[in-house]
Amino acid sequence: MISLLRNQKVRNALLQVFYVGSLAALVLAGVVIARRNLAEQGITSGFDFLYKSTGWDVSFSLLPVTANDPYWWFFLIGIINTLFLGSIGLLLATVVGTVVGLARTSSNELARLLGRTYVDIFRNIPLILQAFFWYAIITHLPTPRAAHEAWGMLLTSRGLYLPAPNVGGVAMALAILPLFAAVALPVWLGRTSRLSRPVGERLVIQLAGIAAALACAVLILIVGRLPDAPLLDFPALQGLNLKGGLRIPPEFSALAVAIAIYGGSYIAEIVRGGFKAVGKGQVEAALSLGLSPWRVFTLVKLPLALRAMLPILANQYVWLIKATTMGIAVGFTDFFMIVALTINHSGQTLEAIGILMAGFLTINLSLAAVFNRINKAIALKGNQLRG
Amino acid sequence: MEMVVVAPPAPGTLEDLRRRFFATPLQALLSLVSLAIMVLLAWKLLNWAIFSAVFTASGGPEACQAAAGACWSVIAARWRIILFGLYPFEEQWRSALACVTVVVMTVLSCIPAFWTGRRIGLVWAAGAALYYVLMKGGVLGLPYVGEEAWGGLALTLFIFVTTCLIGFPLAICLALLRRSGLPWISRITGIIIDSVRSLPLISILFTFAIVLPFALPQWLVGDKLYRVILGSALFFSAYQAEIVRGGMQGVSNGQEEAAMALGMNYWQRIGRILLPQAMRNALPATINQFVISFKETSLVVIVGFFEILASGNAAYGTGEWRFAYVEVYAFIAFIYFVFVFSLSRYGAFLERRMSVGER
Repeated sequence: MISLLRNQKVRNALLQVFYVGSLAALVLAGVVIARRNLAEQGITSGFDFLYKSTGWDVSFSLLPVTANDPYWWFFLIGIINTLFLGSIGLLLATVVGTVVGLARTSSNELARLLGRTYVDIFRNIPLILQAFFWYAIITHLPTPRAAHEAWGMLLTSRGLYLPAPNVGGVAMALAILPLFAAVALPVWLGRTSRLSRPVGERLVIQLAGIAAALACAVLILIVGRLPDAPLLDFPALQGLNLKGGLRIPPEFSALAVAIAIYGGSYIAEIVRGGFKAVGKGQVEAALSLGLSPWRVFTLVKLPLALRAMLPILANQYVWLIKATTMGIAVGFTDFFMIVALTINHSGQTLEAIGILMAGFLTINLSLAAVFNRINKAIALKGNQLRG
Repeated sequence: MEMVVVAPPAPGTLEDLRRRFFATPLQALLSLVSLAIMVLLAWKLLNWAIFSAVFTASGGPEACQAAAGACWSVIAARWRIILFGLYPFEEQWRSALACVTVVVMTVLSCIPAFWTGRRIGLVWAAGAALYYVLMKGGVLGLPYVGEEAWGGLALTLFIFVTTCLIGFPLAICLALLRRSGLPWISRITGIIIDSVRSLPLISILFTFAIVLPFALPQWLVGDKLYRVILGSALFFSAYQAEIVRGGMQGVSNGQEEAAMALGMNYWQRIGRILLPQAMRNALPATINQFVISFKETSLVVIVGFFEILASGNAAYGTGEWRFAYVEVYAFIAFIYFVFVFSLSRYGAFLERRMSVGER
């Protein structure tokens, strides 16, 4: 027996069995105890509750919702809310980050100083504090009766009111299609090497395509607008409340602004790092070939910087998607808040936590997969070792 | 033949300015726009924060509302709530002293003389123990104060320190397990680390605070504060484990093979050869992780703790100071900024210091 224990192979096998077994036992014990505790409170485990109606309401939803809808519908709404806030936040943060990052890499000292101040201030204040701050600012705006007005938009404590097109749902969906086509078509064209062109020309073609698509979309909207109504519906005061237009609730705008500003400061650093990684020799070579500064930027610096940035940017995007869970701090019904509310109201603790984990794993893994694919597509082919 | 090198004449001040800021029309435009933004923002900020601000609490909220600038009176009137939360008024000096302990401990561990495993462990263990005795009391003639009364900055610092204190050794364990040669151990540890990393911290805090009591036997449940700290330590260690693992990958295989050839056993190889070099590689990323986890302590407000953010909400949320929310948030942001900015500057300094040998 002792000689058996001295055997390296046997010891290794035993160690692994012990490690895996104790972890499994820990998890199993937790689940058993939790089921017993929950059963004592009269909660039956299982996923049947998904089909029961919830009896509570959500503050923000892109889909129609009532308190009679079942739990699975609420989970769907939560995921869509998280993805929606996430994508808007990512978009804004990327724009802010690119501008600030370019300022930080510019040859102008004043612009660099400005960019650096921005990053130093906003990166060092927790995101949740910034979310609280913007939420407080927005909810302390004047009431609808005394709203600030600018270009048909109304700023009130109940949210931001924008003019919205008076258009049916089908026409709206149809109008979005050409925009997708405009983005997707050049990518597809770029794949077929016969049609591939230098980056600068491709950019022009792409911009022209997007402009054409926008015109197309506006046309569809005009044709598809509701009968007897103007194309744009402006918000206006009616009694004590505002009618018409599109309302963006304060919870959403506070979070989107906070994510844009905080995420922007991180993305700015990534952008700066990407441009710093472009070899000096590459830029000097391009300049000595007589390329204009603009072409040096679009043809040499940008493509190379993008390659260096992308893997880090992917991590940052995953982080920002997870950051939408701050929604619960200001009352935005994102995926996590729906899960928390479900636990409070139905007591289906284990199931709800399982759904939460599965949801975030799916979101993160698919985001990582998309970025890996892009990364592979734009990676330098062959063995180019020059710096 | 002797070569004479003549330096070009140094440009005059005006010429220098022109070259730096107005070399081309585009540069000139960029300079002017940046300058305009800076001057405008600086003037607005100074005017609001200093020139037209009210500083004393004597006038009360009414004097404040009349003024055009910031109302710092709210800080003068409510700073004790923001910094100490609901801690008993007469005992708040203890809370302040506990905060000082944490700051001293952090500063000490930034000095290279303390960078051996034993010394740094000693500093942190002693600091945490002193903090605990000061805050909780019940010995040495200090009246007892339960955890439910802790709050404000002191609670934020406590959560940060204990998170690191538990999370760091755990991270090293996880990193060692993940690089173990036994396939099942490294695979399962990898799955644990990756799934913790892909979850949001809030969901982990929520699980530990509210869900875990169901899954534990009664005698193991403990105080909610310690459960949340465990959750945050787990999250910290999952990220830190990957940083440590990255540092270990930077140590060449020859080092460990040489140690093996000298007849060192596993623990000697890890403790004397691998970890010291790995930690040196991982130091900048580690400081960055400390910075992130300090900012993330603010998330415990969501599971109902009275840390500095919640106490700030309470400081303006009740009664006559309702309008002064910007000042309260600015004050809290300033406190976070001081801690986080100095830590990250220190990290940048370390990075420069470390790269000296690699130039």
